[in-house]
Amino acid sequence: MLLESVNLSVAIWLPILGAIAILASGSDANAQRVRWLSLIVAIAEFLITIPLYTRFDKTTAAMQFTEFHTWVPAFNINYSLGIDGIAMPLILLTSFLTIIVVISAWEIIKQRVAQYMAAFLIMEGLMIGVFSALDAILFYVFWEAMLIPMFLIIGIWGGPNRIYASIKFFLYTLLGSLLMLVGFIYLYYQSGNSFSILDYHQLPLALGAQILLFFGFFAAFAVKVPMFPVHTWLPDAHTEAPTGGSVILAAIMLKMGAYGFLRFNLPILPDASHELAGFMITLSLIAIVYIALVALVQEDMKRLIAYSSISHMGFVTLGFFIFNAQGVEGGIIQMISHGFISGALFLCVGVMYDRLHSRDIKDYGGVVHRMPIFAAFMMLFAMANAGLPATSGFVGEFLVIIGAFQANVWFAVAAGTTLVFGAAYTLWMYKRVIFGKIANEKVETLTDVTPREILFLALLAFAVLLMGVWPMPFLDVMHASVDNLLEHVAQSKLP
Amino acid sequence: MFENMQAIYLAIPLSCLFAAIVAGIFGRVIGRVGAHTITILGVATAFVLSIVVFRDVAAGNSFNGAIYTWAVSGGFPFEIGFLIDKLTATMMVVVTFVSFMVHIYSMGYMHEDAGYQRFFSYISLFTFAMLMLVMSNNFLQLFFGWEAVGLVSYLLIGFWFDRETAIFANLKAFLVNRVGDLGFLLGIACVFMYFGTLDYAAVFASAPGLVGETVSFFPGTEWNLFTVIGILLFIGAMGKSAQVPLHVWLPDSMEGPTPISALIHAATMVTAGIFMVARMSPLYELSETALSVIVIIGALTALLMALVGIVQNDIKRVVAYSTLSQLGYMTVALGVSAYSAAIFHLVTHAFFKALLFLAAGSVIIAMHHEQDMRKMGGLKNYMPITWFTALIGSLALAGVPPFAGFFSKDAIIEATHASHLFGSGFAYVAVTAGVFITALYSFRLMILTFHGNMRVDEHTRHHLKESPWTVWVPLLLLAIPSIFVGAIYMEDMLFGGFFGDAIQVRPEHDVLGQLAKEYHGATGWALLWAFFTHALKPGPLWLAIAGIAAAWFLYLEKPELPDRIRDRFRVAYDVLVRKYGFDEFYQLVFAGGARGLGRLFWKIGDVRLIDGAAVNGSARIIGWLSGVIRQVQSGYVYHYAFAMIIGVFLMMTWFLHR
Repeated sequence: MLLESVNLSVAIWLPILGAIAILASGSDANAQRVRWLSLIVAIAEFLITIPLYTRFDKTTAAMQFTEFHTWVPAFNINYSLGIDGIAMPLILLTSFLTIIVVISAWEIIKQRVAQYMAAFLIMEGLMIGVFSALDAILFYVFWEAMLIPMFLIIGIWGGPNRIYASIKFFLYTLLGSLLMLVGFIYLYYQSGNSFSILDYHQLPLALGAQILLFFGFFAAFAVKVPMFPVHTWLPDAHTEAPTGGSVILAAIMLKMGAYGFLRFNLPILPDASHELAGFMITLSLIAIVYIALVALVQEDMKRLIAYSSISHMGFVTLGFFIFNAQGVEGGIIQMISHGFISGALFLCVGVMYDRLHSRDIKDYGGVVHRMPIFAAFMMLFAMANAGLPATSGFVGEFLVIIGAFQANVWFAVAAGTTLVFGAAYTLWMYKRVIFGKIANEKVETLTDVTPREILFLALLAFAVLLMGVWPMPFLDVMHASVDNLLEHVAQSKLP
Repeated sequence: MFENMQAIYLAIPLSCLFAAIVAGIFGRVIGRVGAHTITILGVATAFVLSIVVFRDVAAGNSFNGAIYTWAVSGGFPFEIGFLIDKLTATMMVVVTFVSFMVHIYSMGYMHEDAGYQRFFSYISLFTFAMLMLVMSNNFLQLFFGWEAVGLVSYLLIGFWFDRETAIFANLKAFLVNRVGDLGFLLGIACVFMYFGTLDYAAVFASAPGLVGETVSFFPGTEWNLFTVIGILLFIGAMGKSAQVPLHVWLPDSMEGPTPISALIHAATMVTAGIFMVARMSPLYELSETALSVIVIIGALTALLMALVGIVQNDIKRVVAYSTLSQLGYMTVALGVSAYSAAIFHLVTHAFFKALLFLAAGSVIIAMHHEQDMRKMGGLKNYMPITWFTALIGSLALAGVPPFAGFFSKDAIIEATHASHLFGSGFAYVAVTAGVFITALYSFRLMILTFHGNMRVDEHTRHHLKESPWTVWVPLLLLAIPSIFVGAIYMEDMLFGGFFGDAIQVRPEHDVLGQLAKEYHGATGWALLWAFFTHALKPGPLWLAIAGIAAAWFLYLEKPELPDRIRDRFRVAYDVLVRKYGFDEFYQLVFAGGARGLGRLFWKIGDVRLIDGAAVNGSARIIGWLSGVIRQVQSGYVYHYAFAMIIGVFLMMTWFLHR
C-alpha cells in the first residue's frame, strides 16, 4: 500500500511539488481546476500524514521516521529529519488546517487563484519541514523560507494597510531569527562542528554561554509566539491578512515559536532555562492578563481574536517553564487546541467579512436573525475560546493551571483570571455582533452559511469537541517525549 | 442485575443528551411536535430510570466506577465516572422530575414562540449536564457539569436574544459565575496537588491523613489545607448558588422564559453549590473556619435577600429573591454541619419553588406577559387552579405545617440553634427573622396577585382565563410533593441516616443528632407529632403566621399603609430598592475598571510605548538627547560658572558625609 511507505520527505515535498505544478499550469481562466487540484493535493497530503500518527510508537522518546542524507559535507550540514511525540501532532494539525484553508478560499479568492493556493501549499511543506528538521541549518532554512509565502499572502491578498503590516511582520521575525542563526554557529563550534540538534541536547555549556544563547533563541521564538512585549506585529498582520493567512498564522505559525522553546531552549539550555524561568513566567502571565484586558476593548473583530491568541499563547509558554508534566503537556495541548479554535474564529470573521466587508464590531448586531446556523457554530467556538469544558480550549488551560498551582499558587491565580477575562472579551464581542436587534440594513441582507462554509466549520467543530470530550488520543502520543524532555531539563549541563 | 444497573446509569443522562442533539440539530426537520415529543420522551425515560435507581440504592446498593479515561498527564489519570449513592439518587429524582414537569409545561408556555425547538433542545441539554454534575465521582467531571449548566443557563437567559436586557443579563450571569469558577478551579488544583487524584473516594479516604497540612499563600502565613480547599470550592458554590456577594446575576436571570426560571434558577442548577458542599462533607468537616465562612455568607444571603423581596413589584423577581434567601437557608444548614437538612430543604424547595415559578408563569401568560403585580389583583376567580397551587407553594415556602417547607426549614433553624460554631449565633437570628419576612413577601405576592381589587386593564381582563392543561397539570403534579414530601421523608432524611456514608459528620458537629435526642428517639407518627408540638412553642411557626397576618393586614385590610410606611422609612426603602448598590458598584468598579485598564494598556502600553518606542523610538531618543545636550552649551559664562559652583558644592557634601 502506498501509505505504508510514508516518509517525512514525501510529506514535506508533496505539497511543494504540487504547488509548482499548480503554478505552472494554472491561471485565473481555469480557476475551478486549480481549486480542485489544490484540494486534491491538500487531502492527499493529509492522508499521507495520518500514518505518522497510526504507526507512531508511543513508548519511545527517540526520533521516529528518521531520514539522513549529507547535504553540505564541508560544514557537516545534513538533510536530517525525524519527529517525536511533540512534533507529530503539530504536523497533523498543519495538514488538517491546510485542507480547511483551501476550502475556505474556494469562491472567495478570485484573483491569482493559482498563486494563492500555491503559496499555502508551499507554506504547508515548509512548516512540516520546520517540525521535522533535526539539523539546525535545515531548520533555519525552513524557518526563514516559510516567511516568504506568508509575506506574499499578506502583501498581495491583504487589506488596505497590507504593505505596512507585511513589512512589520517580516522585519520583526527576521531580526529575531538572525540572532538564532548566530546561536547555531556558536553551538557548531562548541560541539566540534556539528549542526545536529540532538547532539546539542548532550552538549555541556557554561551558564554564561547558556544565558546568551537563551536570549538569542528567545529573540527568534518569542517574536513568533508572540510573547509580550514583542507581540505588536501580530494584530497588524492578522487584521491585514486574508482569512486563510490569518488561519495559518494563528493556528500554525505561532506554534513554531513555542515548538522552538521545546526543541532548543529547554533541552539544550536547561540551566539557563531554570535561571530565567521567573522571567519567562512573568512575561507569560503578563501576556495572559494584560493582553486579555487589551483584547476586551478592541473594536475590530480580527484584532480582538489576534489579542486573544496572544493571551492564549501565554498559557503555552507558562506551561513550558513550570517544568512539570501537566504544565508542558497542557502547553502542547493548548497549542493544538488553539490551532483549531483561533482558526475557526478567524474563519467565522471571514464568513461575515465576505458578506459585509467590515470587521468592525459596531457594524454588526443581530446577525443571529439572519444567520442562525452560523451563530450556533460561532457560539461553540466562542465558548471554546472561553475555555468551556468539553471543548478543546479547556484541556490545555486546565492542565496548565493545575501544573502552575504546584509551582506557585499565584501563578495559578493569575493564569486563572482568563476564566473571567477570556469569557468577557469573547462573549461580549459575540453579544454585540450576533445577539440583539438587527443593527442596520446591511445586516438585514445577510444570508446564512453555504454548504461549503458549513463543511469547514463542521470539521473544526468536530475537532474542537472531540479533543474536549476525549483528549486522551492527543495526550497519549506525547507522554514519552515530554518525560524525556523533562529529564533533560532536570539535568544540569554545566561543565 | 449489576450489569443492567450500569446500563441504566448511562441511559439516564444519555437519553437527555440524545434528545437535545436531535431537537437541536434536526429541529427544522422534525418540527415542533417532533421536538417536544422526543425531548419529553427523553426526560421521561430519565425520570423513570431515576426512580429505578432510587429504589435500587434505597435497597442498599451503590456504585462507584469509571466510564472512560479522559486524559492522563504525568502518570495521573483523569477519569469520567459515576458515583451512585443515596445523595446522587435523590438529586437525580428531583432533577428529572422537575425537568419532566417543566418540559410538559413548556409545551403550553412556549406555544407561540419561534424558538420552540431550540428551547426544548436547551432544556434537555441542561438536564443532561445537571445529571452529569450530580452523578460524577470526581472533581473534574463535577467541573464539567458545573460549567455546562452555566452554559445552558447563559443560553436560556439570553433565549430572547433581541432583548437588550436579556443579553446583558446572560453575559453578566456567565461572568459572575466565572468569578466563582475561578475559585472552584483553584480549589480543584489544590486538591490535585495535595491528594494526587481527583477521585472523590480516594480524596475522602486520604483526607484524615492530611490534617495539619498547611498551604502558604504569602511568605510567613500558613493556612490549614482544608480551610483553603473548603473556601476555594465554596467560592464556586457562591457563584452557582448565588450567595452574597456573587448573587447579582440571579435576579437578572429572570429575563429568561419562566419555565427555565423554575427549572434552572430555582429548583436545580442554583442548588448545585449546595449539593457540592454536601458531597464534600468529609473535607468540610475538617475545617471549622471554612464552615464558619459558609454559615456567615449563608446567613447574610438569607436575611438581606429576603428583605429585598418585600419591595419588588415584578412577580418573578419576588420569587427570585425568595430563591436567593432560601439558598441562604440551605447554605446556613451546610455551615452548621446539618448537611442532610440542607439537602432536605433543597428537595422540598425544588418542588415548591418550581411550583411557585410555574404558577407565576401561568399568571404571566394570562396577563399577556405583564409581570407587574401592581397591575394584577383579584385573579383568584379567573384562575382557580393557579391560585390554589400557588397558595400551596406559598404555604410551603412560609413554613406552615404540614406543608413540605415547614419540616425542612424548621430543621435548619433548630440545627442552627444547636450549633456552637462561630457565626451560628448570628445565623440563628438571621434565619429566624427570615421566617417572618419570607411569610410577609410570599403573602404579599399572593394578595397583590390573586386577591383584593382588580387592577387589570380592560383589554387584558377580557382575555383572562385559566391556562391550558399543559400548564396546570404540572402545577398540580408539583403541588403533591410540595404538600407531602416533607412529612414523608422527614424522619429518614433528617434523623434516619438516609444518606449513609455519602454525608459524613463529626460527632462534635452533629447538630441533627442532638435534635433527634430532643425527640427522645420518637419515630413514625410519634415523631411527626413531636415535631409539630415542638413548633407550637414560641418560635418560627408563630413568626410565619405573624408574617402572613401582617401581609393580610397591610395589603388587604389597609392597602394605603405600605405607602405610608415607605414614605416614613424612605432611606431604608431606597437601599432595598437599589439592592444595596451591588450592581452599581460592580458595574463601575469591575466592568468599568477592566475596560478602562484595557484601554490604558492598549493605547499607552501597546500603541505608544511598544510600537511608538520600538518603531520610531531609538531615532527619537537620539534626537531628543542631542537636543538636551545642545541646551547645555548655551555660551553664557554665568551658566557655566553656576554649574561649577553646584558641582563643587555636591562634591564637598559627598566628601564630608562619606
